[in-house]
Amino acid sequence: MESRILAYVGGRLKVRGRLEVEKHLAECAACCLRVSEFSAVSKLLDELPLIEPSPEFDMRVHARVAAEPQPKASWWDWMRVSPRIAFAASMLLLMALWLGYRAGTPNAPNIPNNDQAMMQDLPVLEDHDVLQNFEPLKDLPPGPEDDDADAQQPQRM
Amino acid sequence: MVRTDVQLMLDVKAGDGNSFELLLQRYRTPLVNFLFRMVRNREQAEDLAQEVFLRVYRARQDYVPSAKFTTWLFRIATNLALNSVRDNRYQKLEVSIDAPVSMDAEDGDERTMDVPEKHPNIEQHLVEEARRKMIRRAIDKLPEKQRAAVLLHKYEELDYAEIAKILNCSESALKSLLFRAYEALRVELAPLVAQQARQ
Repeated sequence: MESRILAYVGGRLKVRGRLEVEKHLAECAACCLRVSEFSAVSKLLDELPLIEPSPEFDMRVHARVAAEPQPKASWWDWMRVSPRIAFAASMLLLMALWLGYRAGTPNAPNIPNNDQAMMQDLPVLEDHDVLQNFEPLKDLPPGPEDDDADAQQPQRM
Repeated sequence: MVRTDVQLMLDVKAGDGNSFELLLQRYRTPLVNFLFRMVRNREQAEDLAQEVFLRVYRARQDYVPSAKFTTWLFRIATNLALNSVRDNRYQKLEVSIDAPVSMDAEDGDERTMDVPEKHPNIEQHLVEEARRKMIRRAIDKLPEKQRAAVLLHKYEELDYAEIAKILNCSESALKSLLFRAYEALRVELAPLVAQQARQ
């Protein structure tokens, strides 16, 4: 009962507990006296006035808080990058890898088929031009093929 | 909508200075009063209350709402107050060797308290002041842990579980502690208790 008397005096018991204590108090003069005395003590404690903090109190707290060093970022905090930066960095890396791959492969120029055939014939045509314009060859007597060609020319005209 | 202490503290953790200000407004008066009743010196009580807020601010990054905010706050305050009371006791022992006999140590800083002048009758005021002095003295005579338990129970209206956590004891041990404290107060304040019981 001792532990419940104080709770009873302080009004901290639930309905059931309070009724139980009151039932006991009706039969026990000693506990009844104790409740009366503890209630008196509790009321006496209420007589102490509250004090207000001094007007400088808040200012002092703020000053002390302001004087606090900012928390140092640990090396692990430094390692923690924001998701945006991580995304941008991975995109850049992917782009760099892709460009590197492109530069490493022997890529044929994208040329249409006709032009490609012409390009392949270019060395032959160049040889033909050289031979036709080669001065020493012009002084040579015409070959049998050339005779035929000359013989045929007037007919064409 | 009023934000709870835990919400405010989580906002402080996230870097919101206004939430710290709100906690300061909410708890500065109860803290200063609790500490004043523990250490009996207004200036020291304010210094300790500032230290409590500073420690709350310092611990903001590690704050985890595992218990009630008041439990945490008054645990810091109680530990500081108990340390301060113990330190002062040793200081007083050292000083008392050379101190003048007439020093009114019992009054402490009580005269610095702002008691509103409600009563025109000076005699009645003196009687009430003497009653208050007697009550304060009775509280001061309690062992520190009992004193802290009574103050947290009576003035801060914390529940038994919270006070037990603050004082680092079981609930049953706390109830026993409080009972003994009230018994001591009943004996110390016997004349006033009898007077009160008659009314």
